[in-house]
Amino acid sequence: MKHNHLYNYILTIADNSLILAQRLGELCGHGPSLETDIALTNISLDLLGQTRSYYQYAAKLKGEDSTEDDIAFLRIEGDYKNCLLVEQPNTHFGYVIGRQFLFDVYHFMLIEKLQHSPDETLAAIAKKGIKEVSYHKRFSGDWVKRLGDGTEESKKKMQDAIDDLWRFTDELFYMTDVEKAMAKEGIGIDVSTFKEKYYEEVSEVLKEAALTVPENKYFNKGGKEGIHTEHMGYILAELQYMQRTYPNMQW
Amino acid sequence: MSEKKKNWPLWEIFVRSKNGLEHRHFGSLHAADAEMAMENARDVYTRRNEGVSIWVVESKNITASNPDHNGEMFEPAQDKVYRHPTFYHLPDEVKHM
Repeated sequence: MKHNHLYNYILTIADNSLILAQRLGELCGHGPSLETDIALTNISLDLLGQTRSYYQYAAKLKGEDSTEDDIAFLRIEGDYKNCLLVEQPNTHFGYVIGRQFLFDVYHFMLIEKLQHSPDETLAAIAKKGIKEVSYHKRFSGDWVKRLGDGTEESKKKMQDAIDDLWRFTDELFYMTDVEKAMAKEGIGIDVSTFKEKYYEEVSEVLKEAALTVPENKYFNKGGKEGIHTEHMGYILAELQYMQRTYPNMQW
Repeated sequence: MSEKKKNWPLWEIFVRSKNGLEHRHFGSLHAADAEMAMENARDVYTRRNEGVSIWVVESKNITASNPDHNGEMFEPAQDKVYRHPTFYHLPDEVKHM
């Protein structure tokens, strides 16, 4: 394929949104209140909308009758490039919020830069998504503060979630060969340039939430290269079931 | 165990669907404070592009008329059509009023 690097680069960005959208979608009808239920599924749909735009572009690059649906539903686990953070389970509401917050801050910084990519399609998708992501970040950040600075129980759960999820944050800034190549060409974003800013902003919110910024130095990575945690297979089983069982089904 | 502790207070949501129109009552929802009520209202009532402006008011701040008093409150107005300004002759020069 002519645009191999670009194709894989698009997946690196889009798969994060797909898998997080799927995780949030699991909460449909299971949110802690009607209002938060709708808010979380709204975010899920925002992310899914962005994913579609990316996949449509990727399918066009790939050619050979490739479609957005094939890319979403018919890849094997190792071909998904999402980071480990987004595939972590909906352990409890604090965990959902923590995962969302740690991703949103990164996501906002990424597409803020992607808006200025010389690749017009990527820039347009980023420009369209930035207002959505800006709201996601406000929503999750507000909830981190509410839970962190709330009751004894909510504080403990929020702190546990951040402590547990912290080890997946470093991977956001790990540059795969594809990302390095695309950054070198000037089309992709060098994510390492905003790593410091990311931890500053996250720490600021955590402090405001009366939470402790974790200090652990042990980090997990692998998702961006297709090596996922044990949760990924279950996510894909649910995500892909219909297309695998009834190939080409539509509804 | 008090019920109060379990439920967030109720808020009434008013949405203006277009510039130039007035805010209309859209419904109510639960939220811990005004800021959360605003975010919830955005997600519950404007996700299908229904609005350009939102007001939130905690329900307890609204004084409602008592349905038991509907007779004395509203019935006396029923047979007073002359209170509509439709009995005046307008000069022809005043075209639309």
